[in-house]
Amino acid sequence: MQTGLEEQLGLYQKRIPIFTRSVKGRFRRFKTTVLLLAYAIYFLLPWLPWSRLDAPSQAVLFDLPGRRFLIFGLTVYPQDVVWLALLLFIAAILLFFVTGLVGRAFCGYFCFQTLWTDFFIWIEHKIQGERPARVRLYRQPWNREKLLKVGGTHVLWVLASFWTGMTFVAYYAYAPQLVLDFFTGQAAAAAYITVSILTISTYAAAGLMREQICTYVCPYGRFQSVMYEPETLAVHYDARRGEGAHGRASARTGQRTLDERHEKGLGDCVDCGLCVQVCPTGIDIRDGLQYKCISCGLCIDACNTIMDSFGFPQGLIRYDSEQNLAAPEPTAPRVEWKRLKTIGYGAALILMSAYLAYSIGTRGSYDRAVNQIRQPLYVVLSNGDIRNRYQVRITNKAAQDQTYEISASGIPAGALDLGNFREITIKPGHSGLVQASVRLAPELAEHTHHFELVITPKGKPSEARSEIVRFDSPKEAHD
Amino acid sequence: MSEQKLQSQTVQTTGHAWDGDLQEYNNPLPVWWVYTFYVTVVFALVYWTIYPSWPFGKGWIGGLSNITYVNSDGQTKTHSWNTRALLLEDMNRAAIAQKPYFDKVAAMSYAQVAKDPDMNGFILSAGKALFSDNCAPCHQAGGQGVVGFFPNLTDDDWLYGGSFDKIHETIMGGRHGYMPTFSEVLSPEQIDQLANYVASLSGIGHDATRAAAGNALFHSETAACYYCHGADAKGRKEIGSANLTDNIWLWANVPAASSAEGKVAAIRNVIASGLNKGVMPAWAGRLSPEQIKVLTVYVHELGGGQ
Repeated sequence: MQTGLEEQLGLYQKRIPIFTRSVKGRFRRFKTTVLLLAYAIYFLLPWLPWSRLDAPSQAVLFDLPGRRFLIFGLTVYPQDVVWLALLLFIAAILLFFVTGLVGRAFCGYFCFQTLWTDFFIWIEHKIQGERPARVRLYRQPWNREKLLKVGGTHVLWVLASFWTGMTFVAYYAYAPQLVLDFFTGQAAAAAYITVSILTISTYAAAGLMREQICTYVCPYGRFQSVMYEPETLAVHYDARRGEGAHGRASARTGQRTLDERHEKGLGDCVDCGLCVQVCPTGIDIRDGLQYKCISCGLCIDACNTIMDSFGFPQGLIRYDSEQNLAAPEPTAPRVEWKRLKTIGYGAALILMSAYLAYSIGTRGSYDRAVNQIRQPLYVVLSNGDIRNRYQVRITNKAAQDQTYEISASGIPAGALDLGNFREITIKPGHSGLVQASVRLAPELAEHTHHFELVITPKGKPSEARSEIVRFDSPKEAHD
Repeated sequence: MSEQKLQSQTVQTTGHAWDGDLQEYNNPLPVWWVYTFYVTVVFALVYWTIYPSWPFGKGWIGGLSNITYVNSDGQTKTHSWNTRALLLEDMNRAAIAQKPYFDKVAAMSYAQVAKDPDMNGFILSAGKALFSDNCAPCHQAGGQGVVGFFPNLTDDDWLYGGSFDKIHETIMGGRHGYMPTFSEVLSPEQIDQLANYVASLSGIGHDATRAAAGNALFHSETAACYYCHGADAKGRKEIGSANLTDNIWLWANVPAASSAEGKVAAIRNVIASGLNKGVMPAWAGRLSPEQIKVLTVYVHELGGGQ
């Protein structure tokens, strides 16, 4: 690469391969736990059985042709779309809330890009060995060993990517049947297209592009940066301690112990470079907080291991806030939540979660919509009576057939005419239409502007719900 | 950074030199752009092979992609891919999906169709579509009609009868309502008397003396209104003459007039000028028997039928 060109080409840099060294420690353990848990849920959930009367026995099934999502005992219909809006809102607020407190925790521990990259690096490590072995392999010319090891890695990556795509599709159809159909060439075209796209994108994102996704593609990483505040905890290198008066230096004889180093004005950093070697985005945390840092904490693990081996105190790289690091008397790092923004996000989070839980908990077993027919709004009948018509749509959200009865209150008995259908039986997940008409004498129509239509599931009077509907009559009747 | 330095460090040249020192900068296109361009070229080649692309002679190159569908006559048709064939495929698929329902309708009696909840849903949706396409231009989207022009189908008054059979007959054969122009045989005074009598039949404000004269005229051979409207003025469904004693007004726009005089005047106009515009076309031959059956039930349900 030509020098001096960087200012002009700064928007993109050809990927420099990163060979991460494996590391042990608190954050590695946490990341592994999250990874295993997330994978267990993602890959096994479509295979969890769940007995249902009217649908495939799959615990989580997004039944697109049936226009419903089956999630354990809950059936979600399109009219429940507000739940999705709430869920997205909660997810966004949760992200803002957590980022304000502890930085890009989502990026470092929970993001699927991080999880899959981590898994792919694990595969790479298992086949090609630890970092030095991988660097050597990368530099050596193509021979049998390199071909086998690199080829094997890529084959496993593709297989993992394929099963990732396959699992995604398995959420949308009865999984055992789908997998069978898929390999016998009988699955829907959408399945093949989705699996292909996800296989390619997973392989490219987690195998080839990795940290480039975070750096160049992902918008969340960038906009999380603006949510940092001076009090926000983030992975920081304690430069004051690490650099001392005369900078970092290796632990040669004569500058091995802390006392010797402090006497010479050297910092605690022994410049081993391990924090750089373990970093999945290939940065040097000692350069300070930077946009490429996904806050995964692996450099903390690496540094603590080295500090331990030298008998230095841990925490040269640690979770801390900029405010605390800059303070004349730094205290132990702690989560600072007493801020207007954090409390605001927290309150929004609690409110919205409570509302979602309430909305799911109290939803009825059926949906109803009463529409007055507006063409025409009213009809004058031959004896002068006024008739209004209504269309009642009932959607059965329960798991079994249900019969519904429709009655009216606020108008005389007999004014409501349901035609041929006094009651209607609706299959689970289906909707039924009932035409209702109300006929009132002119004097009564003049004073009736509203009345109530009551829908009662047969045998469940407690679930009766009423709808206030308009009654229209000719203008002159009101004069 | 000086201009000299920038040039020497950052800019490649093509290597050619003219007139000793004239060089050409080499600024190659970004690699991703070049490859994207190649991909579009390959895409175009593949597209040309699969889809209709180039004019050729009097036609065009159809491409390898075909559309096959079964039409309503049960024939299998194959076209090279084009959007018209795509539409035909769609329409025929929909027609085939609807066929069992239409067959069911054809096999059932009107009363059965009206009472079957499953069929009811079909009538409401398919009937609405048919009505919107064929009937709504005159009778309006909701069947409410237009006073002075087209009958309201949502009330309980049926000029030619509101039974399933009568509605079916109306749709199949169409209707032609006619009333002579009475200004040619009656004096304005007589027409006014008749108008007051008709108003009195529906309880509209009127002049009792004139109405009494109108009553006599109505039943006389001079005006002979009772020929068509009947001695009781309730109309005759066989010929579609209007019931003059109810609150339904098709031709005279009585509901729109605010004063009693206005209402009487509206009636007067109709008597004086007569009617020759109540024409409904016949739908037999334009719609299939099953479609007409669906429409019959739909229209019957609009006003509650008879």
